[in-house]
Amino acid sequence: MSLQVSELKVYYRTLKGDVRALDGMTFGLRDGEILGLVGESGCGKSTLGKSLIRMDGRMRHVGGTVVLDGRELPIGDDRAMNEVRFREVSLIPQYAMSALNPTRKLRRMITELLRSRGATPDLEELERRMSQVGLPREVLDRYPIELSGGMKQRMVMVISTLLDPSLLIADEVTSALDVSTQKAVARALLGFRESGYVKSMIFVTHDLALTHHIADTIMVMYAGKLAEKAPADVIVKAPRHPYTKLLLDSLPEVGVRYADRRLEGIAGSPPSLLNPPTGCRFRDRCPIAGEQCAEEPPVAELAPDHHVACWKA
Amino acid sequence: MRRYFGRKLLIYGLTFFVAVTVNWMIPRFMPGDPVASMVARANVTKPEAVEAMRAYYTSLFGLDQPLWQQYLNFWGALLRGDFGVSIWLFPTPVSDVITTAVPYTLALIVPSVLLSWVVGNQFGAYAARRKLLDNTVLPVGYVLTAMPYMWLAVLLAWAFGVILGWFPVAGGYSFSMRPNWSGAFLLDLLHHWTLPFLSLFLVALGGWAIGMRNMIIYELESDYSNYLSALGAPSRLIRRYAFRNAVLPQITGLALQLGVLVAGALVTEIVFAYPGLGSLILKAIQNKDFFLLQGTFLFIVLGVLIANFIIDIVYVVVDPRTRAGMAGAQA
Amino acid sequence: MTTLQEVAPREPAGVRREALYFAVRNGKLMAGFGIVLVLLLLGLLGPVLFGGAPNEYGPKPMTPPSAEHWFGTTTFGQDVFLQFVHGLRSTFAVGVIGGGIAAVIGMVVGFVAGYRGGIVDEILNMLTNVILVIPTLAVLLIINAYLGIRSVAVQGLFIGLTQWPWAARAIRAQTFSLRTREFVDLARMSGAGTGRIIAKEIAPNMSSYLFMTFILLFGGAVLIASSLDFIGLGPTEGVSLGLMLQNANQWSALQLGLWWWFVPPGAAITAIVGALYVANVGLDEVFNPKLRET
Repeated sequence: MSLQVSELKVYYRTLKGDVRALDGMTFGLRDGEILGLVGESGCGKSTLGKSLIRMDGRMRHVGGTVVLDGRELPIGDDRAMNEVRFREVSLIPQYAMSALNPTRKLRRMITELLRSRGATPDLEELERRMSQVGLPREVLDRYPIELSGGMKQRMVMVISTLLDPSLLIADEVTSALDVSTQKAVARALLGFRESGYVKSMIFVTHDLALTHHIADTIMVMYAGKLAEKAPADVIVKAPRHPYTKLLLDSLPEVGVRYADRRLEGIAGSPPSLLNPPTGCRFRDRCPIAGEQCAEEPPVAELAPDHHVACWKA
Repeated sequence: MRRYFGRKLLIYGLTFFVAVTVNWMIPRFMPGDPVASMVARANVTKPEAVEAMRAYYTSLFGLDQPLWQQYLNFWGALLRGDFGVSIWLFPTPVSDVITTAVPYTLALIVPSVLLSWVVGNQFGAYAARRKLLDNTVLPVGYVLTAMPYMWLAVLLAWAFGVILGWFPVAGGYSFSMRPNWSGAFLLDLLHHWTLPFLSLFLVALGGWAIGMRNMIIYELESDYSNYLSALGAPSRLIRRYAFRNAVLPQITGLALQLGVLVAGALVTEIVFAYPGLGSLILKAIQNKDFFLLQGTFLFIVLGVLIANFIIDIVYVVVDPRTRAGMAGAQA
Repeated sequence: MTTLQEVAPREPAGVRREALYFAVRNGKLMAGFGIVLVLLLLGLLGPVLFGGAPNEYGPKPMTPPSAEHWFGTTTFGQDVFLQFVHGLRSTFAVGVIGGGIAAVIGMVVGFVAGYRGGIVDEILNMLTNVILVIPTLAVLLIINAYLGIRSVAVQGLFIGLTQWPWAARAIRAQTFSLRTREFVDLARMSGAGTGRIIAKEIAPNMSSYLFMTFILLFGGAVLIASSLDFIGLGPTEGVSLGLMLQNANQWSALQLGLWWWFVPPGAAITAIVGALYVANVGLDEVFNPKLRET
C-alpha cells in the first residue's frame, strides 16, 4: 500500500458550527494505482484532495491518519507538511490556468521554485518532459500570459511532477477543458505514470465517464463518506450501492434515444453536513431504503477490492 | 506597446487641450464683467500698473474680437510662452515668476513622493498578514492618510519649530542670507526644507503603506500563491512574488495620486511660507493676480502630465506583460 | 469554496442577516461609525444648543481653554468651540454634497460605460481618463478664484464635478464583471431595458461596493474642501474647519502659541476622514468573507 487513509475526519469551521466535509474516510491506494474520485459537488471529494496536500484556513483535521509509503503525514500542521509537498505529494490544481505567476518567465519561475525547495534544476529533464506533453522548449522563455489555456495546463502538469512525487492529486483538472483537450490531458497523466514520474494518483472529478477511461479504481463518495469503491469496470458494469447505480443511470449513453427514456438526475439533494442525520446519509433519496438504514451502514468488502457502505448491497 | 503609448499621449494631449480651454473659458463665462471687476478688485495704486492691467486684459480677452479669434490668440500667446505680466510683481512676466518658484516646489515634492512611496510600500508589504505589525501599521497609516496636509504641517511646525526650536518655521532660507552655492547657504536651505519635506512625506507614507498592505493580501490569496504554497515553496519566495506583482498597481496608484500630492505640497508650502508654487498661488489670490494664478495652473497641469508620462514609461519597464505586447496594463 | 456553498444554499435574506451579524461584531466598523456619528451630532446640535454668532468678536482675546470658552478664544476673542461646531456642520455638508454628486456622476458613467461597452464605453472612458489626470485642486483654485461669492453648496458642487473619475472607473470595472452573469442575461432575454437592468439587477448586486465608494468620495471631498479653504478660497460667509485653520495660520496662531486654535479643526477633519476609512475596512470585512480574521 502506498497510501493508507484511516478514519479521516476533516471539518470546516463556520459560524453555525462544524461542517463535517469528511466524516471518517478509510481507503487505500496501491503503488501505481490511479484512483478516480467521483461524487456530486459538496460530497467532500475536493476536501479530501486538499487534505492530502494543503488544507485551507478554515479546515481542521479532527481525527484519523494518512500514511504515505509507511510514513504518517502531518496533514494538520501546515509547516510540517511543507517538507512532504512537491517531493512526496503533489497537486495539479483546479485553477491551473491562473496558477503561474504572471510576471515571471517560466524558466526563471521554475528555477526559483526548485531552488527554494533545495532541488537542483535539471533543464534537460524539464525540456524532455515538456516535449513529452507537446510543449516546445521556447515556452520556457515566455510569460504565462503568452500561453494558451491548454499550454498552461500542460505546463502546470509538468511542473507539479518534476520532483517525481509518490502521490499526485489531480483536482478537477479537466472540468474547464473541451472534450478533445480532456482526452489529451488524460493521456498525458497516464503517460506520467508509465514514465514513472508519479507512482499513484488521485483523480478528483465529477465526470464518471472520463474517470472510467483513466482510473484503475473508482471511489464514489456521498456526503462526506465513502459509498462504494471498486475496480473501474466493476463500478461501471456491476455497481452495488444504490447511489452509484443512480449516478450511472443519470449519465447519457451513446446510441440511446432519450425521447424514449428521460435522462434524469437524482431526485432530492444531499443532506446538510452541518448536522448530518444519523444512519445512512443517502436514506432520504434512496429508492430502496428500509428500517435498517436508520443505522449507519459499515463499509464492507463484498468482493475482493469491492467496498460498499450499504445494508442492501 | 506603440498602441499603449499612443493612447496615453492622446489622453494627455486631450487633457492639456481641456485644461487650456477651461483656463480660457472661466474668466469669460463666469458671471459678471471680468475686466471691470478685476481692475477694481486688484486695488493697484500705481497708475502704470492699472494701465498695463487694462492693456493686458483687453489684449488677452480681446473683447472686441469674435470668440474664436480670442481663443486662437490665447493659444498663440501660450505657445510663445507668453503667460502675461504679473500684477503682484509688476512688471515681471508671469513665466519668470513661476520659474523662480518651481525649483523649490520640485525639491520638496520629488523626494517626498518617491521616498514615501518606497518606504510606504516596504512597510505595507512587511506588515501584511503579520498580526502584530499589522495592528500598528494599519491604524497609524489610516490616521496619517486622513490628515489634511496642512494640519500635520502646522503640528510639526509647532512642535519642532516653535516649542523645541530645532527648525525654522518660515521661508526657504534665512532672511539674512542671499542665495549662493556656498556650503553655509545649502545647509540653511536644507534646514528650512526639512519640516515641509517631513510633513509631506508622512501624510503620503500612510496611504502607500495601506495600499500596499491590501494589495499584498490580495496577491497572497491569489491562485499562483496557493499553487506555490501547495508545492511547499517557502513564504519568502511567495511574498517576493506577491510584492513584485503588488508593486504594479502601486505604480498606477502613484499616477492617480499625483493631483492629491501636488495639492498637499501647495498647502504645506503655504504653512511654511516656503517660496514655491503654493506660496505663489496664495499671493496671487491675495493680490487678485489672475494672470499669475492662471499661469501657475497651466504649469501645474503640464508638470502633472509630464510626471504621468514618466510613470507610464516606468510601468512599461517594470511590467513585462506590456513589453511582451500583451494587454497586461489596463491603466 | 464551491463545495460548501452548495451544501448550504445561501439566500439573499440569509446573506443580509449574516452581514448584519458580522457588522455589529466588527470593531472597526462600529468604532468608525461611532466617531463619525458623535461628530455629526455635535455639528447638528451644537449650533442649536450653544447659540451665538461664531465669528462675533468677544472681549477676551487669546484665552486658553476654560470653563467659559471650552476651546479658548482667537486673537479677536471669537469662541473657538462655537466656530468648531459650526465648522463641523459645513464640513459634513460639503462631504455629503461633494461626495454625493461625485457618486451619482461616477455611478451613471461607470454603469453606462461598463454595461453598454463598445463606442459608448470608449468615449466615456476617454472622458474619465482626461478628467482623472487633471489635478483637481488646481482646477478648483481657478474656478473658485473667479467666483465672487462662494458658498459651501457651490464648493461642494464643484468638488463633486471634479472628483468622480476614479469612482466611475472602479464601478465600470465591477459592472463589466457582472454584465455577463446569468441573472443579467436572464433579465436581458426577458426584454428589460438598459436602465432597468442597471437599476434592478446590477446596482443591487454591488450595493455594498457603491456604499463604500461613496464613503471614500465623502472623505476625499472633505479633504479637498479643507485645502481650498486653507488657501483662502473657502466660503465667503460662515465658518468651516478649513477656514479656521486658514485664519489660525494667517493670524500667526502658531507663533503666538495659540494651539487651541489650530488643533481642534485639524483633529476633527482627521477624525472624520480616518474614522470613515476605518469603517470602510470594517465594511469590506463584513461583505468580503475572505478578509475576515479567523
